[in-house]
Amino acid sequence: MSSTQVRVRPVAGPRVSGRTAGRHRAWWPYLFVLPAVAALGFGFVLPLLTVLRNSLYAGSVYQLEWVGLHNFSALFADDTFRTALANNLRLLLTVPLMTVLALLVAVVLNDGVRGWRVYRTVTFLPYILPAVGIGVSFSVFLQLNGGLNASLRAAGLGALARDWLGSPHWAIWSVAGVVVWQQLGFGVVLFLAALLSLPGEVTEAARVDGARWWTLQTRIHLPQIRGTIEFFVVTEAITVLSWVFAYVYVLTAGGPAHSSTVMEFYIWENGFAHGNVGLASAAAVVVLALAAILIAVYLRVRVRAANERAA
Amino acid sequence: MPARAAAWTAALPRQVLLAAIAVICLEPVVFVLMTSLKSPDEYAVNRAGWPARPTLANYVEALADLPTLRWALNSAVVTSGSVLMSLVLAAPAAYAITFGEFHGRSLLLGANVGLIMVPPVALVLPVFVVMVNLGLINNLLSLVILYSCLLVPFSVFFLCNFFRTIPPELAEAGAIDGAGPVQLLWRVVLPLSRPAMLTLAVVNAIWAWNELLIALVFIQNESRRTLMAGLSLLQGRYSTNQPLVLAVASLSMLPVALFYLFSQRSFVRGLTAGIGR
Repeated sequence: MSSTQVRVRPVAGPRVSGRTAGRHRAWWPYLFVLPAVAALGFGFVLPLLTVLRNSLYAGSVYQLEWVGLHNFSALFADDTFRTALANNLRLLLTVPLMTVLALLVAVVLNDGVRGWRVYRTVTFLPYILPAVGIGVSFSVFLQLNGGLNASLRAAGLGALARDWLGSPHWAIWSVAGVVVWQQLGFGVVLFLAALLSLPGEVTEAARVDGARWWTLQTRIHLPQIRGTIEFFVVTEAITVLSWVFAYVYVLTAGGPAHSSTVMEFYIWENGFAHGNVGLASAAAVVVLALAAILIAVYLRVRVRAANERAA
Repeated sequence: MPARAAAWTAALPRQVLLAAIAVICLEPVVFVLMTSLKSPDEYAVNRAGWPARPTLANYVEALADLPTLRWALNSAVVTSGSVLMSLVLAAPAAYAITFGEFHGRSLLLGANVGLIMVPPVALVLPVFVVMVNLGLINNLLSLVILYSCLLVPFSVFFLCNFFRTIPPELAEAGAIDGAGPVQLLWRVVLPLSRPAMLTLAVVNAIWAWNELLIALVFIQNESRRTLMAGLSLLQGRYSTNQPLVLAVASLSMLPVALFYLFSQRSFVRGLTAGIGR
């Protein structure tokens, strides 16, 4: 994992012991990392290995029976899982939308618009609020006779009103909308921080050369924060693939008729409500495999974004 | 075109765009607050408007008749326990990774960074079985244990990034005084890291306070639930009294929102720190 390696300064530790410099390796670092390593083992390594193993077994936790890859064929034969996977892929479509919107807002804020700090505070607020609280609020707001439809009708836009959460066609898109609503501020703050740290001379030089606003943004500013944009895209892709349980649980509970289920909800339903450990573990392996691909990209992108900031 | 008019035509579309975004961001929050101040009777006829007769009755009912306070207390216990544990686990590890030399040092840092984004849903089933075997189901300790483990990767990564900015001369000066690694961490590095530790504590606290999936699965006893788990279950039970549910929802968001408004810089710095330096 050389790509994530840190540039470490001359180390204080080994010299600390007062013994000869050179390549003497002290024992204390091992002791210092031991608790954290144990925590990673208990919280990550053991569960991940167990999930991998359980995906090849059927039955209850206490009486597992080897079934090979049967769980995986059962998984992909299950319409509900296929819907879940398709819905996670649909949620991926929110990523370009969020990215473009967040960039637009960040670029405008970077122009030094009056009150930009207030706008930054307001757009970031949804991101820190608990998904459950937000989800419960939206589940009332988006009801057939809830706040949104009432507002639309009052504004003479009654034709746009619909059963946002109760229609199998719209439910997953309503979930997507809430995810965008909450995650947008993260992008805005991230991009704005990157834009504010850009050297002013380049912008000035471009202005002197007669660059218009659009050219300035697309040719000068955005290329310089490319790493940050990539970081946001990958982070959000992982989020919508594997971190949206709370939204789905409180907004639609996967319904109506499983139409808005996602892979996480499927795992929870099969693992805990139906007690089908093998199937749930197989689904967890699929989520992990997809997440692992994106995490590999994330590791690369993060380094590039970090270098961009250090430059 | 006079300069002033030019400035106006340039500023107007921007202000319009930003105002629209601000309204969209705030509208659902305003809706929750407004609805929670309506009586169920008023909500039945007035869905989206301002409350004609604002009342705190829903809040009184939420605090007096529902276990809201109990849940909030449980959440506070779990949150503070997990935050404390995660810092205790992560700080020495980050110190060793930054200032020490040992086999697997860069592997350990890389593993921490990679594990930040691993979804909890993939881990919760096996850990549930472990907790059953340990007899910790329905015990808040089960949440503290798993939360603090899950918070380790980000905490180590975050602290490594900060520790690297500490001038090594400071640590060396301490070393000359004959301090060992434990004293150096405790007396030199940690006091210098107070703002960073605080930021990390804030970020970890939000994560623990907001977590739902694990809380839902590990705790099945009504009075031991966390606020998020309790709130998520209220929804189905009180579907006829939505102002009441939204009063609990706004109470669940209130501490985070207040915290945010008072320590914004910590929040912004902490939550955008995933990108590192």
